[in-house]
Amino acid sequence: MARYHVSATVNGDDVEFLCEPEQTLLDVLRDELHLTGTKEGCASGDCGACSVMIDGRLVCSCLVMGAEVGDREIETIEGMADGEQLHPLQQKFLDYAALQCGYCTPGILIAAKALLERNPDPTETEARFWLAGNLCRCTGYDKIMRAVMDTAAEMRGE
Amino acid sequence: MSAAEDLGYQEKTHELKWVGKNVTRTDGVDKVTGRAQFGADLIMPGMLFGAVLRSPHAHAKINGIDTSKAEALKGVKAVICRDDFADQPSEMIQVGELSVNIRDVIRNVMAREKAMYDGHAIAAVAATTAAIARKALKLIEVDYEVLPHVIDVEEAMKPDAPLLNEDMFTDGVDPKPDKPSNIAKRLEIKLGDVEAGFADADVVIEREYRTRPVHQGYIEPHACVASYTEDGQGEVWASTPGHFLVRAITARLCGMDVSKVKATASEIGGGFGGKNIVYLEPLAMALSRKCGRPVKMAMHRNEVFRATGPTSGSHMKVKIGAKRDGKITAGWAELMFQAGAFPGSPVFPAAMCAYACYDLENVLVIGWDVIANRPKTTAYRAPGAQISAFAVESAMDELARELGIDPIDLRLMNAAKEGTKAAYGPTFGPVGQVESLEAIKNHPNYKIPLGPNQGRGVASGFWFNIGGETSVTMNVNDDGTIALTLGNPDLSGTRTSISVMAAEELGIEPDRIRPTIGDTTSLGFNFISAGSRTTFAVGKATVEASRVVIDEFRARAAATWDIPVEAVVWEDGHARPASSNAGDFEPLSLEDIAREAKKTGGPIAGHVETNVSGAGPSFATEAVDIEVDPETGHIKVLRFTAAQDAGKAIQPNFVEGQYQGAAVQGIGWALNEEYIYDDKGRLENPGFLDYRMPVASDLPMIDAVIVEVPNPNHPYGVRGIGETSIVPVMAAMANALEDATDVRINELPLSPPRVLKALNEKNGG
Repeated sequence: MARYHVSATVNGDDVEFLCEPEQTLLDVLRDELHLTGTKEGCASGDCGACSVMIDGRLVCSCLVMGAEVGDREIETIEGMADGEQLHPLQQKFLDYAALQCGYCTPGILIAAKALLERNPDPTETEARFWLAGNLCRCTGYDKIMRAVMDTAAEMRGE
Repeated sequence: MSAAEDLGYQEKTHELKWVGKNVTRTDGVDKVTGRAQFGADLIMPGMLFGAVLRSPHAHAKINGIDTSKAEALKGVKAVICRDDFADQPSEMIQVGELSVNIRDVIRNVMAREKAMYDGHAIAAVAATTAAIARKALKLIEVDYEVLPHVIDVEEAMKPDAPLLNEDMFTDGVDPKPDKPSNIAKRLEIKLGDVEAGFADADVVIEREYRTRPVHQGYIEPHACVASYTEDGQGEVWASTPGHFLVRAITARLCGMDVSKVKATASEIGGGFGGKNIVYLEPLAMALSRKCGRPVKMAMHRNEVFRATGPTSGSHMKVKIGAKRDGKITAGWAELMFQAGAFPGSPVFPAAMCAYACYDLENVLVIGWDVIANRPKTTAYRAPGAQISAFAVESAMDELARELGIDPIDLRLMNAAKEGTKAAYGPTFGPVGQVESLEAIKNHPNYKIPLGPNQGRGVASGFWFNIGGETSVTMNVNDDGTIALTLGNPDLSGTRTSISVMAAEELGIEPDRIRPTIGDTTSLGFNFISAGSRTTFAVGKATVEASRVVIDEFRARAAATWDIPVEAVVWEDGHARPASSNAGDFEPLSLEDIAREAKKTGGPIAGHVETNVSGAGPSFATEAVDIEVDPETGHIKVLRFTAAQDAGKAIQPNFVEGQYQGAAVQGIGWALNEEYIYDDKGRLENPGFLDYRMPVASDLPMIDAVIVEVPNPNHPYGVRGIGETSIVPVMAAMANALEDATDVRINELPLSPPRVLKALNEKNGG
């Protein structure tokens, strides 16, 4: 079977990979590029565990084909911290104990970052609806919402 | 007496430095940066990808399996089916809070005579890519003879129901039945004389209830990697709450010695009981054995729904009698639980817990364990207790209405307390049922006025909690830091809570202790992380290990100073002379002693291998306010307050998180979640789109109230806290619905169509 040769940018680095026509971006990130921080929960776009950014847009990487991302800029959880400096959302998730098993956490962090880039001052309701595509079965979302709202306030300088 | 000998609760005479404060979890940075390795994240050189062929039929005899075409496909390295596993004799083994028959485990892992449910594993393939493995599955030819099936528990109990197992005769009835049936077992929990109790009652509430199976809903699908080498050694990496269990079952099913299987627990992406059993690991090991290469297997979400979990659906009857003043005179229930394709529903704990919140003289609960053509049920957070509580706590609410007594006051009047003899056997020590009820009664949320279409519901719940076999090693490094090796996978922050207890004992900062979950070769046996045991039992063993280490520190200091060990005390991370009589010595810090260990006797370590007892039962009471949309029947949760007895919260924000998460799982169970089967017995909603779990926009903040009635059998008073908070939720929701609408629904879920229909019926069609 012919494989596609794809060049893209992942977390600022140039990458090249070969992918089968049926491999999703999620498969490519995990199995070809070995970036396993992005998780599979459903492979049908219903749980958000595989959330990544493509050219600044939040997507479920299980719904994007690997062959589609040529010349695109992809951001994953592995690129969220700046060296040793955690992103404010990552730090607040630790401060608020906003994770338990941690499996949905990468996807929720990516989605929350996308929210704050678009809307630095969301209401709690807006934040809840934005994150409605990300399932968490452990926390009941309470501490996640508090961490996101407090991060937003801190990033606004409040 | 050595400090390690008394592990009972001691009221602290000094302020605790770390216990009860919130510290950052030790695995936190790995989990917010994507580094944490879960079941499917391990990549090994030469690794193959496995896939499982699953039955499309609910019930079918398997006349033959032809794998030859799959084996011939380029890239396929191994194919296995029932012929690759030896049969197992009937023998019960303990799995978490439930026990299972190993004869059934082998049949559940890989179908033998029959496919018993839609999704049952029939064969498995290992290939060089996942795509080739999936393609190979399509080339396996299975000769099925489709049999009549039965899904529903009431149907399965009928004498003419399709029979799943011709050799099963109901256990627990006398005389033994002369015909086989789908009823595996009858059991009874009995105290006093219910007939006399009902004769004494002024008011009797008698109702029937039904619940549907629901899935635990962890976001991480089951996954593992197994590797078998030519010398007969095997390694398995698995997402599991109990890698010692994975080792035991994999070894047993693959015919290997336990010593030849090394199991390592990955981080685990949620379990809630649903991973307390093994599905993929023996398949991956058998595939690896056949081709000599490591094999990764990970389920698709569709497989998770069709073949794993769920908890039982049920049909229940409840009868409660009381005097006019509210004193309950008798509690009776009959619980019929779906076990799935093999016996072993949680009907026993359901029966034990049904009336455990109350101090009653007369109780009779009858349980029936019934098989049907569904996946074998597994544990789900307080297994069974939530189901019987839905029935009993709904009936309690109707009793309160009938008597005109506030539902909390009715429960307070009858509450279990220290000295109460529970119907399931024990007499309670200090417990927090009264305190949890009072916490809700006194909470500001309980006094907020409600508007039109709004209602408030209350319910209580109980869970036993367990101890169990535990092995812990604490090694003192030469720089004075601590390597703490635990054998229980951490689902919720337990390794941090346990480190905090060790820090408190040793008198050092928690970040000087590094806890690791060791593999099965690094420690003695550990029972799985289940039954809310980990912080309690592993914490208790770790306190004991800390005290063993402290005794050694004292001995080393005593030898250094040449004074008796009794004359040395350990305080604030230092060995000091007990008094000026003992001598005038500069205190020795933990670092000082660690650095000199080589000269004073060698490495210092504390090992504890024990069977922890003394788990403290935990009670919860919860109140929910809802608003019902009369146009659609949709229920919106306005506020939710969960009060549960933690004994002692080591990490309050972790404890709150458990209450909040359990409450929301219960909300999903109450409002939306259910398995839907078609007329051929195929699951119609095996995905997150149609199996609708709560999302952030469905919910308000969840107010968690930590009640602390110390467990006398733990040095810091810890009880298990992971489960009880799900128990009251479904009844609280149904009770709130009646409060809002005067409509009582005794069947879950309280989904919009069901609520709307009931509202319309009330309003005369």
